[in-house]
Amino acid sequence: MNIASYAPLAVVLPFLGAAIAFLLIRHSRTQRAVSISTLSITLILELFLLQNAAVHGATAVFIGGWMPPFGITLVVDQFSALMLVISTAVSLAVLIYATGQGIADGDEDGPISIFHPTYLILVAGVSNAFMSGDLFNLYVGFEILLTASYVLMTLGGTTPRIRAGVTYVVVSVVSSMLFLIAIGMIYAATGTINLADLAVKLGEIDPSTQMMLHLMLLVAFGIKAAVFPLSFWLPDSYPTAPAPVTAVFAGLLTKVGVYAMVRTETLLFPGDRINTLLMVVAILTMLVGILGALAQADIKRMLSFTLVSHIGFMIFGLAISTVVGLSAAVFYVAHHITVQTSLFLVTGLIERRGGTANMDRLGGLAKLSPVLGVLFFIPAMNLAGIPPFSGFLGKLGILQAGVELGSPIAYVAVAASVLTSLLTLLAIARVWNRAFWRRPEDALHPDPVLLATNADGSAVHSTRPPANGSASTESASESSDESSDEATGDSTEPVAGRQPANVLPRTMVGPTMGLVGLGVLLTLLAGPLFEISDNAAQNMLDRTDYIEAVLGEGSAP
Amino acid sequence: MSVNITLLVVMAALFAAGIYLLLERSLTRVLLGLILLANGANILLLSTGGRAGEAPLYSEEIPADAYSDPLPQALILTAIVISFAVTAFMLGIIYRSWVLGRRDEVQDDMEDRRVASQSSFDAEDDADVPEETTEFTPLEEAEEAPGSQNAGVLDLSADPKEPR
Repeated sequence: MNIASYAPLAVVLPFLGAAIAFLLIRHSRTQRAVSISTLSITLILELFLLQNAAVHGATAVFIGGWMPPFGITLVVDQFSALMLVISTAVSLAVLIYATGQGIADGDEDGPISIFHPTYLILVAGVSNAFMSGDLFNLYVGFEILLTASYVLMTLGGTTPRIRAGVTYVVVSVVSSMLFLIAIGMIYAATGTINLADLAVKLGEIDPSTQMMLHLMLLVAFGIKAAVFPLSFWLPDSYPTAPAPVTAVFAGLLTKVGVYAMVRTETLLFPGDRINTLLMVVAILTMLVGILGALAQADIKRMLSFTLVSHIGFMIFGLAISTVVGLSAAVFYVAHHITVQTSLFLVTGLIERRGGTANMDRLGGLAKLSPVLGVLFFIPAMNLAGIPPFSGFLGKLGILQAGVELGSPIAYVAVAASVLTSLLTLLAIARVWNRAFWRRPEDALHPDPVLLATNADGSAVHSTRPPANGSASTESASESSDESSDEATGDSTEPVAGRQPANVLPRTMVGPTMGLVGLGVLLTLLAGPLFEISDNAAQNMLDRTDYIEAVLGEGSAP
Repeated sequence: MSVNITLLVVMAALFAAGIYLLLERSLTRVLLGLILLANGANILLLSTGGRAGEAPLYSEEIPADAYSDPLPQALILTAIVISFAVTAFMLGIIYRSWVLGRRDEVQDDMEDRRVASQSSFDAEDDADVPEETTEFTPLEEAEEAPGSQNAGVLDLSADPKEPR
């Protein structure tokens, strides 16, 4: 029996884990073990699926034995298998990070115990969307992951989260509604919602109807992927959620939208009718996103804007729609999931160590916590596309494909991508200069936690010997307390109340390191990875592999 | 396929009213708008299933116009369940928003307002570069070095023994 017939387990296992974790809501220790082991097993299964897809190409599973185009079909080809592996690996790292945070904060049986089941349901929804072989199942996958994300977004129900949650929920529901309407219209026009069947039949209908259906789907997915005119909701809602939640949202949710756009462009509506439009949208997404990032003071908001901006690269690669361009876009998606998630996790650590994620209040982190500096620096350079990191390889591929295409708009897009990369470097350098390199005292409104920990940093970290014995250390900490008094205009109470976390918990640093390492590993494994993405791009543009896997030999047009 | 004109008109009315309500600032109205939109979409799906009044059966012998297509009905059932769950969650959020702030409105993102209103001058990026930036100057001089934007803070913590 082929391993591919176990593909539904990638959805079922997280659901099962969620159910068990929900039952164990009062036993947080067991709950953690259950959710982490569930995701680990799922990851191992998906690695086998990827290996199988790389060798045998696309395989389809017909749920309940209903033959296509009637039943629910799950299809695993190279692209979806790659997405499954990367997404689950990243979710596993974030889950361990979140668990570590929970242990460090000692909230053994707080309301956060709902986190684990919801998180697993989110993963199940993402896997379902990546494997789905028909439009309606894709819609259901979207809804599963969105509903889980509503809960995670408003976790704890504080005022800012409720405010952000409202925007997020309303925008997501409207995009789902557009998607549902598009499904209704596609069904009315063709009489099927199976993706492979649609790939055959959509070509036969009136071109103007095709164009309308095409654009409706793209708008619905564009909202989810946060493509420029439809990206307004993302920087508004993401930064307020807890750090691990923002990290996994930034890594996965927009990429599911990108995945759906890629499928729409390659499988359902091949051809280059709207590639120019996509190219314009990609340019605007890149530039507007990164200019927004430069204006932000909050690191989380800055990263949310760079997230929007870099979605533009993927859309650019998709709009080129040659094997090289598409392959680079697939590689870039894999790279960006990893890197963006690790940056958000690091921001969570910065917030923990420095008391805030606002770079106007941060300073001296490179001295306080060199590990944090390294953990931030590597994915940040990776994001900006500095060689030899994987971001550089992905961008290089996209630029090469753009130059090969050679149309004027493609050259404009190439220029815009280079400019965006440079501006990303600038945005990253702003964070680095402020949060890591300057002295905390030089910050505009230094966080009292930083000043306090800096003053007795010698005692805590012993990075340098105390200058004049204990007496001077004492007086120094006193004077520093005074200075923080004057700087912030209030008493030192916040320091006492907030307990500066001088040592970052190992359970949080570990998974972050793992994820940063995975980002570096993508560079080392770029050869085989590009081989897979080349294959995936080839098969997606060719379409026969996918269609024949579902409908049988000889059914492709 | 012939289209049922009643369903079409009802659908149009639901969409129009739904979009109008969606543009309001009150959360309850936004929610009502979403419910109307969801029902409009359901009716759209229903109207793709063919004429009303036929049984949803499928067999090879029956001609296609003599039975009602069962698939859209299955889709509608799923869509109804999903919109039900989302509506319940939205009600929860709206209630929470009311409990927390006595506000039943879409609220502005304060950080966004702050970023929008900040001046284009940024002390860190645009201030004059201090003439002497090295950290190895004697401490007494460093305190008097010009250009350090919060020299006042440093003066207050004037303690020659303070470790840098």
